[in-house]
Amino acid sequence: MAANVVVMKRPVRKSSYIRASLKGMALTFRHMRQSAGDRSEVTIQYPEQKKQLSPRWRGTHVMETHEDGRPKCVACGLCPTICPANCIKLVPGEDDQGNRYPIVYEIDEFRCIFCGMCQEVCPVEAIHVGTHYENAEYTRNEFVYDLDRLMKQRHPSTLLWDPADPAGE
Amino acid sequence: MQAGTTTTENLIELSDNAFVVFSAIKVLLVFSVVMVVVALLTLMERKVSAWMQDRLGPNRVGPGGLGQPLADGIKNILKEETNPAEANRVFFTLAPMLSIIPALVTFAVIPWAAPLPTPWGVVPMMVADLPIGILFLLAFSSLGVFGIVMAGWASSNKYALLGGLRAGAQMISYEIALGLSLMSVFFLVGNVGLDEIVWTQQRMNMWFALPLAVSFFFFWISSFAETNRLPFDLPEAESELVTGYHTEYSAMKFSMFFIAEYAHVLTVSALMATLFLGGWDIPGVGRDDMLGFVDGVWVGERPAVWITLLTFGAFALKTLLFILIFMLVRWTVPRFRYDQVMDLGWKILLPAALVAVMVTAATVLALDSFGVEMDRLYYGFVPLYGLVLTVVNVAMLVIVLWVMDRGQTLAGSGSLDEKRRVAQERARRRAEAMRVHLTTPRAGAR
Repeated sequence: MAANVVVMKRPVRKSSYIRASLKGMALTFRHMRQSAGDRSEVTIQYPEQKKQLSPRWRGTHVMETHEDGRPKCVACGLCPTICPANCIKLVPGEDDQGNRYPIVYEIDEFRCIFCGMCQEVCPVEAIHVGTHYENAEYTRNEFVYDLDRLMKQRHPSTLLWDPADPAGE
Repeated sequence: MQAGTTTTENLIELSDNAFVVFSAIKVLLVFSVVMVVVALLTLMERKVSAWMQDRLGPNRVGPGGLGQPLADGIKNILKEETNPAEANRVFFTLAPMLSIIPALVTFAVIPWAAPLPTPWGVVPMMVADLPIGILFLLAFSSLGVFGIVMAGWASSNKYALLGGLRAGAQMISYEIALGLSLMSVFFLVGNVGLDEIVWTQQRMNMWFALPLAVSFFFFWISSFAETNRLPFDLPEAESELVTGYHTEYSAMKFSMFFIAEYAHVLTVSALMATLFLGGWDIPGVGRDDMLGFVDGVWVGERPAVWITLLTFGAFALKTLLFILIFMLVRWTVPRFRYDQVMDLGWKILLPAALVAVMVTAATVLALDSFGVEMDRLYYGFVPLYGLVLTVVNVAMLVIVLWVMDRGQTLAGSGSLDEKRRVAQERARRRAEAMRVHLTTPRAGAR
């Protein structure tokens, strides 16, 4: 038995069920009138409409290429070093002219935390985080993007990086 | 009203053969229309609820989501039926049928338009022109709860059983108020046929919503309870009982409960429109006042096809209005607690409905003995009979609302001991306040 229950004495205008119900019904009716006929402006019709990304958005990586299709990457090894999630795998190689190039360049998009440090640290502006975020695959292995796949990404790179001022000065 | 002013002599009653044919057509028509409307109601409910919550609702299948009911139906037919191992198979299968059939059958006695003249005679626009009309309807609508109770019991699931029990208790409590609120309609009309009820409202030049306001209000509340919709959806209270009586149901069996619920909503809305908003009567127009053949003589205005169509439109509009209010209430008002439902049913609705019936009966008796005619417009425009009843009923309604608003029924209630303790405390405090304190010395003591 509830011995110490305090029964609040509220004025009728505050505790009236009928008035409260009518007030609530007026509210719901007002909302219905506002958005009847699918005029609601709150919902975003996702596949057709997309939310505008934040300028700071960092998504799937892009590898920049030269005109002849070679990756801009010089395999300096800075990005795997700085990567806090340790998701970049790089095996450097060197051709006859002494140009360094990546033999293996893989980014595990699952491990990546999209901090964007690889982009910041890259001396030749080769690797970028992009504005793409709709990643879906059938297996986890397919989230490990290799060099070819990174070069094939066509989405624009993040707005954090200004091509006119590549070094960020 | 002005019966006989237009030519009605070449109207003929349906022959027996034509009656059978037209009845078959009407059965098919009403069944398919009701099923389609029920399907659309599920869509409408989702749309209306979405709009109330600033969402869009289903809009992917077909234009504006119109194909959604079809998609749902196909999905439900193709889904796997699960039968719980512990369930009683016979009653488990029987329950959805028992709940859907009464919901559909009840529509048979509701007139949905003015009689339609055809070359073979005048066809009354209701499936079955039963002389017992609304009694049939009451009998069948209360059959619906058997399906729910049976579903709850046969599932052998504690939540389902609780849901079924609640449905039974709720139905019993509110059926009484429902029946009592219909009493005033009965003695005003003097008949239980729904076409007669519409005819009386036309003759009275006033819909029963005003002259029988209390009955209207009580019938409305009870119909919410009868259809198991919020704020009375205790049988399927999601937050307490999973989904109540249909917890164990899946696929088409679940769908049948769903269809039954919306069919009930449709029937009850149509019934309220018929009983209290004049049915298919178009307000302010005398041309559509007609009853039908009484002993081979046509009563009322001459029927016409365009009148039938227009009156059907009026009926559909009124029904839609009630359906909309059903939905508006559902998405606004939270569920009652179980004791509140019982309190409202037994402590407010039952005694108030009894008193209302008596007062209304006394008023009708007084009006009749003073010779006030029901279908006469005094000074050409004053329906005195209806107005007097309106004044009496509105006064009663105000009192009922005032009592309900006192926090007696719907405010928080503790245990009985707690209530007793509070009452004792209040009595003690009152006694304390009334006691004369003899702190000042008496005059002669010095």
